[in-house]
Amino acid sequence: MWSYILRNLLQRLVLLFIVSVIAHGVVHLAPGEPTQVDPSNPRMKPEDIVKIRKAFHLDEPLHLQYAYWMRDLLSGELKSFKDSQPVLPKIWDRFLNSLPLFILATIIVWTLSFPTGIKAAIRRGSIYDRSTAFIAYTLISVPGFFLSYLAILWVVAVLGVPVIGMRTFGMEDAMPWFQGMDRIWHLVIPSLMSALGGIAVLSRYVRSQMLEVIGQDYVRTARAKGLPEDQVIYHHALRNALLPFVTMFGFLLPGLIGGSVIFEQIFAWPGLGRLGYDAILSRDFPVILTINFIAAALTLAGTFVSDLLYAVADPRIRLH
Amino acid sequence: MGEAEKNRHNGSPDRAAQAVIYETPFDEFWRLFKRDRLAMVGLVVLVLLLFMAVAGKALTEWWVVFDPSTVNLVDKFKSPLSQVSTLVPVDTRPLLGVYILGTDELGRDVFARMLQGSFVSLSIGFIAVGISVFIGILLGGLAGYYGKLRLGIMTVDTLIMRFTDVMLCFPTFFLILTVVALLPPSIYNIMIVIGVTSWMGTARFVRAEFLALREQDFVVAAQAMGLPERRIIFLHMVPNAIAPVLVSATIGVATAILTESALSFLGFGVQPPFATWGNILSDGKGFIFDAPWLFFIPGLAILVVVLAFNLVGEGMREALNPKLRQR
Repeated sequence: MWSYILRNLLQRLVLLFIVSVIAHGVVHLAPGEPTQVDPSNPRMKPEDIVKIRKAFHLDEPLHLQYAYWMRDLLSGELKSFKDSQPVLPKIWDRFLNSLPLFILATIIVWTLSFPTGIKAAIRRGSIYDRSTAFIAYTLISVPGFFLSYLAILWVVAVLGVPVIGMRTFGMEDAMPWFQGMDRIWHLVIPSLMSALGGIAVLSRYVRSQMLEVIGQDYVRTARAKGLPEDQVIYHHALRNALLPFVTMFGFLLPGLIGGSVIFEQIFAWPGLGRLGYDAILSRDFPVILTINFIAAALTLAGTFVSDLLYAVADPRIRLH
Repeated sequence: MGEAEKNRHNGSPDRAAQAVIYETPFDEFWRLFKRDRLAMVGLVVLVLLLFMAVAGKALTEWWVVFDPSTVNLVDKFKSPLSQVSTLVPVDTRPLLGVYILGTDELGRDVFARMLQGSFVSLSIGFIAVGISVFIGILLGGLAGYYGKLRLGIMTVDTLIMRFTDVMLCFPTFFLILTVVALLPPSIYNIMIVIGVTSWMGTARFVRAEFLALREQDFVVAAQAMGLPERRIIFLHMVPNAIAPVLVSATIGVATAILTESALSFLGFGVQPPFATWGNILSDGKGFIFDAPWLFFIPGLAILVVVLAFNLVGEGMREALNPKLRQR
């Protein structure tokens, strides 16, 4: 067990290193540099460009640039090209902003998908099953921003729920209670919108897992010995169908970064996705690379945790 | 309970025997696929769309009436089904003098733009998926067939699958966004980037299929006959491993069209001379109150087409699923 964990951690560190090298190569080899963001700026003289390139080590060979980046990242002194702010605190702030959105969306996804999926599996082929299937396919087929714009129009006109940003301007002097409520209201629509796709995918997955388990012999045995249907479904079938979902907790973490760019852009949410987007626009290499690095680290940590969880939850699996 | 077994219980062994003997794999697939009405509707939509895209390409190229870049500023923001104004020169007027889907902020015919966009959007989807399927089959096939070969410290299989793991670590959309933003804007870059970042799933199941196929009698027989390896791989093994690839490719086209529209929304999509549904939609979002058709028409078109691809893909998956075949 311990040797498995150790070996696996080492393998993942090697993977992380390769990922960071590839990401570094892609970002630096692609045309487009921090100096070229604003070519029409008359105050930008050739000697300034030379100065900037020198300050950012852009003239050094690639492997040296990589070494500089890694050194600064690990010592926590990495500075953004754009505003010379330290990168790690900047990312941490944005991460804290993204976190509530992510947590609420995850809760919505998991609480809604399971009942829907289980019911669809039990009533396979019924109108309920077919209509939820159709709705699920519709939700994964609609461009996220199209649906979000419709939701914004409808919500603002009918419900009066705030939809843009994290808080209402000018509420700083209000009672903490009202500020808190204001925060929560701002959270509702963005998290619901970013949850929709997840609900569609997960509920289909729950359904197929349940169908798989319901066809097993031990479920037939449970029925044959005359157990009530509820006990068969929720005790015998569901417990076994849940197993693969243990691993899905691990895959949740990377969603914090990749999936949020569009929704944070639509709802003007100052989170990690938008930080990445702004960094891409201004060719802020340290920020782009560090976000990418963190995302890869989270993915690797996620799959690692899910392997371990699987071994803990399923006694048939032994780690060697 | 298998088909044959069930029939035996019903007391009709002849019919079961016939079904087993005469049904080719494709016939069986088609019989199961046809039962799924949603998937059939999706298939009809896709066939219509294919005709529309090809016709649209021809019409917008060669017939000036359908030129999507004709600007008629007198006719801007005309709602759908409105008449063309008399100030527009006769030879650039739309067919029958009616804007079927209205006009946009420059007075361009939305119908013509959607026609052109259908071709561009579809080709982005198909070419991106073509690239990803090609890379996926190539790497998955290499890992599956030559997996045991050693290259220095590691086997081919380890090398390729670790590389796949590396690619899976990247946050895909963020990576696409980064590369598309850094490269000069071009429609080909978008296709290539989407293709190059989405082959990992295909590689994984082609490898799994190849590992299973390599041990089967027909492959061993082909090897014993001394056929060249590329013939064994491409003529004997790939066709047998292709079914799950086709399913994921169908759904992949849907994903690529959505990714393109998301890139357009963020301003990194296909640039102006080309109209795609994604950039018509993201241009239209600015006029959602004044000209809602500029927003709703491309939005609903994307929804319908992507939905059709997803339904057909899921229908194929169900029809190819051996566990579900038995029922």
